Formats: sequence, structure tokens, C-alpha cells
Amino acid sequence: MSTQTPDTETESEAEQPSSKPHHERRLAEKRERAETKEAERAAAAQDIKGETVELKVFRFDPEIEGKEEPRFDSFTIPFEKGMTVLDALIYARDQYDSSLTFRHSCRQAVCGSDAFFINGRQQLGCQTQMADLDWPVRVEPLPHQDVVKDLVVEMDHFYDQMEAVDPFFDPDDLPEGELEEQRQSPENRENIKLSTRCIWCGACMSSCNIAAGDNKYLGPAAINKAYRFYMDEREGEQKRQERLEIIEQEHGVWRCQTQFSCTNVCPKDIPLTEHIQELKREAVKQNLKFW
Amino acid sequence: MYEHDVIVVGGGGAGLRAAIAAHEEGADAAIVTKLHPVRSHTGAAEGGINAALREGDSWQDHAYDTMKGADYLSDAPAVDTFAQTAPDEVIQLEHWGMPFSREEDGTVSQRPFGGLSFPRTTYAGAETGHHMLHTLYEQVVKRGIEVYDEWYVSQLAVTDEDDPNERDCHGVVAWDVQSGEVAGFRARDGVILATGGPGQAYDHTTNAVANTGDGVAIAYRAGVPMEDMEMVQFHPTTLPSTGVLISEGVRGEGGILYNSEGERFMFEYGYATNDGELASRDVVARAELTEVAEGRGVEDEYVYLDMRHLGEERITDRLENILHLARDFEGVDGLEEPMPVKPGQHYAMGGIEVDEHGETCIDGLYAAGECACVSLHGANRLGGNALPELIVFGARAGRHAAGADMPEPKIETGPDPDAEREDLGVPLGEPSRAEATTDGGTVEHPDSDPDAVVEAAADAERERIETLLEREDGVNHADVRADLQATMTENVNVFREEAGLKQALEDIQEARERYQDVYVADKSRTFNTDLQHTIETRNLLDVAEAIAMGALAREEFRGAHWRAEHQERKDDEYLKHTLVSWNDGDPELWYRPVLLEGDEGAYEPKERSY
Repeated sequence: MSTQTPDTETESEAEQPSSKPHHERRLAEKRERAETKEAERAAAAQDIKGETVELKVFRFDPEIEGKEEPRFDSFTIPFEKGMTVLDALIYARDQYDSSLTFRHSCRQAVCGSDAFFINGRQQLGCQTQMADLDWPVRVEPLPHQDVVKDLVVEMDHFYDQMEAVDPFFDPDDLPEGELEEQRQSPENRENIKLSTRCIWCGACMSSCNIAAGDNKYLGPAAINKAYRFYMDEREGEQKRQERLEIIEQEHGVWRCQTQFSCTNVCPKDIPLTEHIQELKREAVKQNLKFW
Repeated sequence: MYEHDVIVVGGGGAGLRAAIAAHEEGADAAIVTKLHPVRSHTGAAEGGINAALREGDSWQDHAYDTMKGADYLSDAPAVDTFAQTAPDEVIQLEHWGMPFSREEDGTVSQRPFGGLSFPRTTYAGAETGHHMLHTLYEQVVKRGIEVYDEWYVSQLAVTDEDDPNERDCHGVVAWDVQSGEVAGFRARDGVILATGGPGQAYDHTTNAVANTGDGVAIAYRAGVPMEDMEMVQFHPTTLPSTGVLISEGVRGEGGILYNSEGERFMFEYGYATNDGELASRDVVARAELTEVAEGRGVEDEYVYLDMRHLGEERITDRLENILHLARDFEGVDGLEEPMPVKPGQHYAMGGIEVDEHGETCIDGLYAAGECACVSLHGANRLGGNALPELIVFGARAGRHAAGADMPEPKIETGPDPDAEREDLGVPLGEPSRAEATTDGGTVEHPDSDPDAVVEAAADAERERIETLLEREDGVNHADVRADLQATMTENVNVFREEAGLKQALEDIQEARERYQDVYVADKSRTFNTDLQHTIETRNLLDVAEAIAMGALAREEFRGAHWRAEHQERKDDEYLKHTLVSWNDGDPELWYRPVLLEGDEGAYEPKERSY
């Protein structure tokens, strides 16, 4: 598998003291891509005014005749500047087929409901411009999860993994004074900031080869959740140890092969792979201490 | 039938806080929600949480600002309770690990917000609601509180006494979206509605697709009045193409608004000569639309919000999320260009009438958060006052429902038989040929045994769903919803006129008629969103009608409610709440006086200027 090649390379990278430059480089690249796309989009919008776009959508319903066998339906959607994949799906549903089923709610990339497999990549429907995609646009449910119906996948396994890492703040003691908060340095808050952005969309887990092959693997989102608390200086030493034990288990951080697929698809730009590597380093440091 | 002590409907900020409070009071609490809790729209709140935490600030000042912002349509007991409790609740969130933005000394940061006399808005970047929602959900997981996610509550199980004040609520009816199973949920001690706002009654809204006023509508049809529904907040800074919100935090940090002429109109045209961009939201929204109407709008549609002068470092530190939103949803780089903004429906000040413990006139039925009207925000909510409302009144409702000992409430609830009914002179409510299937009102049952009440409600709901699914053709609910949104946006918006309001009520009648023939094309029991959205549209009809009724009845200009023919606040006539009662399908509008007597004397209505 080609994914083995970058493995060694990134492992050694991860051992450098700071991982920030890599994240910044990747973000810069992402920005560059976005800029190129923006220019292309502007040019494309000129050409395709008044045009229609074909939307091919995966359909499946276990109890409806003709839909028990998965199929693709095509919808012709009048294109408008600024149209997102979610807009196109809503149009198809409201104008052509009200049984077309997909989760969505906030329309602004914060509820995490509408991660789909769009033209072969995990993306949020609401955050993906139709103009940025090759046409026809193909929308499928997230891979590696059971399909409930059309684009709706079973999320229970994802939630189970999220909840397996003690995903809650658990300090040793709290200040006793009236209205007294715990102190947290702005630097520490900055360290955990990106990890707290997770919207539980499941794109990372769906993109991860390891998770696909190992159902017990905690997966990038859950490990990131553990990272968020492990790195929070407001928690005590005892809880940090417990957290390390959870993420160091057989199906924890060591399963990650640093393929960066999770980081690449994360709609909130969370450096998931780097967070996993940082936790590996923490685990090594701890183990050396007791050795 | 499922059974718990306290059933919380909705998994956003208010619902999660209520469930935690009920649990801590010793109750077996469960959350039933049509979305998984982390999908709730609390997560989209950006700006912050107001609380008087610091030296130099006081709960009295917070209460005063709130009452002034509300244009004196709030009830003082709600405002006082709120301002006194918000600091404790914010510190509680911090103790639960919420990642607030911090000062150098490690304390929680606070920033200025519109209409506040002190910088008292605590925040976590420009994604405060996201962090609050996730922090609360983490605490729900920690306590092992049961969550029925993707279960859609479509009905309350309430006894059928003639007088709603004598009815009891024994539970809810919900269906499992994934499997289609319809089930009764018996609540031994109480049901708490925390279903959020009704923004989908409008087409340009910051609200989520899921914000369809479900809790408001089902409580209304069970007999609880809707209060001050005409008081709808239009947020001045939403992105024109989608309605996505750009936080007031941008103006709080120093962002400025200007028109197509490059003029800083808030000052230059005298809309708010002291506070400028940081005037109350209703003031700024009207100013923007006036600029556009007078030909100084950009592309005759919007104005500019500029934050470039704040510098990249400050923007990235405190408003980074705004850069993402402007880029993803408007294609604008907030570091390089001003952002286009226009007013959009944002928040309902009105809702289910409750007292300061969150209880309605129906025994055992509570509401908290945006779906409720404890009468905190009156005619206009201040930025940063919604999130603390969720936790203050969510917690109180949870505790009271779980049986905590709390003093007698000062706020009255329930239909007042002696109050005069307003004749609006237009047809309202359910057309004569309404069927049980599309009605959804209280279910008649001879037996008042709690289990029997829940079962009867569940049976009625099964019948309603069967009928909707059996119809082979008819009207698609999406068409009805689109017409409803169009008339609300055209006629019941920031600027309101009598003729337009009457037109809206006529259009709503027509929409109700068409809804009688609604059908669900998807016949599957599995994840039938067609069915769910069809029932949601029914709820929107009731909520929208009440908004338009209140707007027509209130012949004055107060807070968010502007009337062309009535350009003054009329304290002699309208220091009173509008209430709309379902009255078995023949809606009635009546009034109840505002309570201005607070803990430290009466609030004196003053001229409101910023």
C-alpha cells in the first residue's frame, strides 16, 4: 500500500520539538488551493450562468421497492453562484423527490450533520461550493459506515468511540472562593484551541484506513477529544495518567500510521495527525519515566 | 412506553442544562431530541455570555441594561433573577472546563457588546455557543443521563379539562426517526420543552433548518398561551446570500459599518450618535435598511462591515471563526475586504408563556431557552443575553421539575378568563374542515390516569401519521412552507404596516387551507424526513400566525416592533404583553400587564437612546 511510504517520513517529523510549522505549511497550502479555486470559480461562474448541473446521488432504502438495491439517481439542478452541495440537495428534494434523505441543520459548518462523500472526498455539504467541483457532482454517504437510507449513515459507532475517552473535564479540585474561576494561561488555551473546534461530523473517521480495518480503533476524532483534555492545564496529574492509559491501549494512538487523511478532510482544519503524534510522544515520555 | 422522572425535549443549551440540574436534584432525567445534542443550534451562537463578574459591574447594572434594551416590555422578576444568577452559571461552565478566552492573568476575558454599560460579555473566540454546547454535553455524558437522539417529539400528553389552567402534562409522544416507531414517554415529574427558535418561519434567517418552533406549537395547541410573539429580532449583520450570522463581537471589538458612499452612517445620519455600531440590534437593523431604502446600500441590498483596521493578530485571536464564515459562505476575505451584511431573522423574544421557574399554566409542563418567554428580553434582546438565559432558566426549570423547593413565582401564567379579547377583524386559526390528522390539538380521553393519557396521545399520533402516509397525492409541504416564508419575510419583517400584516394573516389562512391536503410522498418508515418536515411545517403555521397577530394588535413602536402608522412607544396603552391562546382552533389575542416591580423598586420606563 502506498500509504506506507510517507509513514517513516512523518514519524521522524513528529519527533521534532514543535509541530506548528507543519500545520502552518499545510494551512498555507490549503489557502493557496482555496485562492486558485476562487479564481477558477470566478471564471467558471461567468461561463456557466444559466446552466444546469447534474447531481448524482446515492439512493438506498431497505423497505422501499426499487431502493433496496443501492442505485444512483440523477437530478438536474439550475446552477446559481454561491450554490453549495447542500443547496443542490435541498433543491433536488424540494423540487423533484421529497423522499431524498440527508441530515442537515445549521447550514454553516458547525452542527456537523452533513458530511458526505462528495466526488470521492469527505466534505461538508454546506461548506462545499458546487463551482469548486468537477461536474457532474456525485454525492455518496460516508464510506466505512452502515447506510441507514440514502445519504444517512449510522453514527452510533462514532459516538461510542467519542464517549470511550472520558470526554469530559474532570479536575482534581476547584477554587472555593465565590465566583472564582480556575486560571488558565492564554498560551494553554491557545494550545487546546484547535482541538476544541471538532464538530463530530465523522469525516476523519470515514477517511481513515486504520479505522476501516479495525473497528475498535478509537479514531482521530476521539483521540483529538482526549488530546483536548490531556493538554488542558486545569486538569490534575492523576486524570492525565488515566487519560494516557485510555489512549495508549491496543486500539489507541499507536494504531495511527500518520497517513494524514483525517487532517486533510477535517472541515475545521484541526491538525488531527499531529495531535495524535503529540500524544504518542507524551506516552513515550511517561513510559520512560517509569522505566 | 418509556418512563422517566423528567423528560427534556431538545438537546441544546437549555435542554442539556435542565437535564443536568434535574439529575443533580436526584431525578431520573432523560433528553429526547430530534437531533443528536451536539447538532443543536446553540452551537452556532458566536458572540458571548453576559454576566456581571467583575469589580465595577453589578447585577443591577446588567438588569438595567437588559430592561432598557427590552424597551421596558420585560417582567422585572425574570430580569432580576437572570442578572443575579448569570455569574454563578458562567463560573459553573468554567468549572466544567469550557475553554473561555483568557486574560494574561488566566482569568476569563470579557468584551463590550451592544447595549451594555460595562464590558461584561464572556466569550470563547467567536464560537462561544459551540463551546458551551459541547461543554454541557460532556457533562451529560459524564453523568450518564439518557439521551434519545433523533427521536422527534410531535405531541404532548396533556389532560383535557376545559380550562387549560387545570390541565396536567404527563409526558410526550415521540417517534424514532430512524425506525419510525411511535412511542409514549411518561414523565413522572415533568416535561421541559427546550426546542429553540422558530426562524424557519422566515426565509432569510440565521436559524438552522431544524428551528421550526415545535415546542412552542405543541404547547400552544395543548392550551399554553404564546407570549409577545410579534417581538422578533432581526440581527443587523448576516451574510446576504445565506443568512449566516456575523457576530456582534466584530462590532464589540471595534468593527465599523459603512454605506455605499463610505459614510459611517450610524453616526453620520444620527441613528445612534453615542454608541454608533454598538447600539441595540433593533436600532442598527433599521438603520441599515433605511440606508438601503434611501439609495445608499451596496447593490441596493446590503451595507459593509469592516474589521480590517483591527489587524490580523487581533482578528485571528478573537474573531477567527468570522474569517472562516465570510470565506466559506460569502467568498470574502475579512482581512482584505469589508464584509457585506444585511439584517436577517435571528431570535424570537416571545414564546411559551412561563414563570421564573420555567413552569407553564399546565401543571408539570415547563419551557426554557428560546422557545420560552419568561419575559426576559421583552421587545428586544441584547446581544450576549441569550446564552446566559439558556443556563439560568434551563437550570431553574430542571430543578423545579425535579421537585426542588423554590419560592412562589411572582409571574402569573395561563389564560385569564377576565381579560378582554382583541378583535383583529381577520379570519384566524384552523379552517372548519380540519381533521384530527392535521390538527394536533389536545386529545380527548375519558380517563385521567397518567399512563392512559400518554397512551391515548400516542394512539392519536399514530393515527395522524398513518393518515399522512396513506394519502396518495396532494400538496407537498415544502410549497406551503415556501409561501409562508415569503409572506412573513415580505410583510412581518423589520418594517411593518397594517395592510401588510393583514395580507400576511390572509396568506397564512390560505396556507392552512392548502395544508389540509398535504401528503407525504415518502412511504418509508425508515428515516422519513419528509414526514418530519411535513409536521414541522404545521408547527410553523401556528407560530407564524401568532407572530403576525401580535404584530397587528400592537399599535405602537417598541423595541424590535416598528409600525408605520404608530411611530411612538405608547406606555399608557401598551405596557402589556400580547398573549395568543389556541382556544381549540379559534385563536384569541389578549393582554397581561408588564411587571416592572423588581427587587430594588420599580423600573421606570425611560426614553431609549443609544
